Amino acid sequence: MPTHALPAPEEVAGLIAPLEALEGPLLPMLHRVQETYGYLPQTAHDPLCKAAGITRAELAGVISFYHDFKDAPQGRHVLRICRAEACQSMGGAGLAERLLAKLGLDWHGTTPDGRVTVEPVYCLGLCACAPAVMVDDTLVGRADEARVASALAEVRA
Amino acid sequence: MKIYVPMDAAAKALGADRVAEAIARETAARGIEAEIVRNGTRGMIWLEPLVEIEHDGERLAYGPIAAADVPALLDGRIDTLGPVAEIPFFARQTRLTFARCGLTDPLSLADYAAHGGLEGLDRALAMSGEAIIDEVKLSGLRGRGGAGFPTGIKWDTVRLAHAPQKYIVCNADEGDSGTFADRMLMEGDPFTLIEGMTIAGLGVGATQGYVYIRSEYPDAIRVMRRAVEIARGAGVLGADLRGSGRAFDMEVRVGAGAYVCGEETSLLNSLEGKRGVVRAKPPLPALEGFLGRPTVVNNVISLATVPVIFARGAAQYAQFGLGRSKGTMPIQIAGNVKYGGLFETAFGMPLGTLVNEIAGGTASGRPVKAVQVGGPLGAYLHPDQFDTPFGYEEFDGQKALIGHAGLVVFDDSADMRAMARFAMEFCAVESCGKCTPCRIGAVRGVETIDRIAAGEAAAVELLTDLCEVMQDGSLCALGGFTPFPVMSALRHFPEDFATRKEAAE
Repeated sequence: MPTHALPAPEEVAGLIAPLEALEGPLLPMLHRVQETYGYLPQTAHDPLCKAAGITRAELAGVISFYHDFKDAPQGRHVLRICRAEACQSMGGAGLAERLLAKLGLDWHGTTPDGRVTVEPVYCLGLCACAPAVMVDDTLVGRADEARVASALAEVRA
Repeated sequence: MKIYVPMDAAAKALGADRVAEAIARETAARGIEAEIVRNGTRGMIWLEPLVEIEHDGERLAYGPIAAADVPALLDGRIDTLGPVAEIPFFARQTRLTFARCGLTDPLSLADYAAHGGLEGLDRALAMSGEAIIDEVKLSGLRGRGGAGFPTGIKWDTVRLAHAPQKYIVCNADEGDSGTFADRMLMEGDPFTLIEGMTIAGLGVGATQGYVYIRSEYPDAIRVMRRAVEIARGAGVLGADLRGSGRAFDMEVRVGAGAYVCGEETSLLNSLEGKRGVVRAKPPLPALEGFLGRPTVVNNVISLATVPVIFARGAAQYAQFGLGRSKGTMPIQIAGNVKYGGLFETAFGMPLGTLVNEIAGGTASGRPVKAVQVGGPLGAYLHPDQFDTPFGYEEFDGQKALIGHAGLVVFDDSADMRAMARFAMEFCAVESCGKCTPCRIGAVRGVETIDRIAAGEAAAVELLTDLCEVMQDGSLCALGGFTPFPVMSALRHFPEDFATRKEAAE
């Protein structure tokens, strides 16, 4: 379970040390840190720079480039709603609007109690059973409000 | 008794895990000895979860099955669809690349070998690098990721390059809407990708490979990682391939949610741990790719097709297809369709046959308005173009592209101006920012389409001009191909762009 306390730099250094021998180790390191803490804490930056041999500016450039990397904690559960064309052809845009309204959120928003963050996603590869959403790691095909609600209930979000 | 329940992500998204649990529970309660095999998908997604029960060596299909149907299924009270091979959607296919997908247990190497796996590798192990590449050239295989570049020529460039280390990089960053063949193959038959990459390594003299999988595909990541471990444990990967003394190993890497990383040079930067911005070409990745070394970058389907080419012979593969589009293509049928799924067939089937017969028309029952082929950067085709045969050159002739062969069908409720606007918006969100036509052009494109919507008819000319600049001036396909959906929507569906004022007149 990810925790949101700021980790000590030594702890992060230990976490990513086994990845240093990889060719191009930075993305695997960033993934590991984010899997562990739920986001990329500021205290992780120095050890990451040191391990990858890059400057803080370069690191910031990489983190900000990718949609997946977060510099602040997200909700405990993430609802990803597909906005791509196949889902649109099956009413995905309307479904997204209704889900956002129900949660009282805009894209990238988190409920005030920190339960759910909503992210847009452009294709989950479920285009033949569109529209599709993903609740944490659980995929929902032919999604409607009821199926999404039950998927959220299942993760107790 | 053997019962097959797919573990493919689409089947899971439609409840396959619950069905498998219910089968385990019910068979245990009834004292039935049953082996539940989690296979890949047969690709008929409207029938998922598609359960197969083996009776006297014959597998009978049932679907779609919900967890609540399981008692009735085991009682024999549910009608079978018959053997999968006799279901019309399946019977019309020519399955070469996907021959094993859904048939076998994806993580059983024994099952893989029993269904023809490793035959291609064993043949390649006895061949020189040059002979391997001649075989690929003879097959006519072109990059299945969308660009359609001849695979053998790309490989030869890498083979002839001098470097202490070369690489095989598999582009599994399948981000196009309407495409899921890479995902299905990695989840349903991962060893064929491993085998294909290994043959590529032998051909060009590379001993290390990477599969770069997008983070949106957690199931594919899990299955591929496990398959690599199993292959290594069995000597199919590693320092001594099948006892030949030759080496090849590989690793699975995960992207971080950036569409542009499906562009080969962006992918290489990402793999190196950099921002996934595109690189200007030249130098070609074949000469200066990953870490500046000669690198084959191929899509999943291109590489996964290599084993069957080697197992059956290039000439046999090349006899399928149309003109310079040789072999088969796994076509992904998606969106508003009655029968969505994966349909592998020789190049040449007319688009209209695919949409009206194979896909069965729309799910909504309304008339088909448009079909976007080739992902978010592909053109929207009008039913007037439905006699276009499915092939690289034939689509090019229609100012369209087949891309990764995804078909997304829209019914007559679709607003093509909104779809054109979405294409520009998507480009703006996902642009890597390196070149101006894409970074700024996409933002201006959204604004210009909004001006058309607001009644400024002259903005149509501006949009056309902007699309020309993006097409000619962008470094990669993201900016360069976004004009395909935009201009095709404008060309074929002008009524959707008519301003309120014009419509009133």
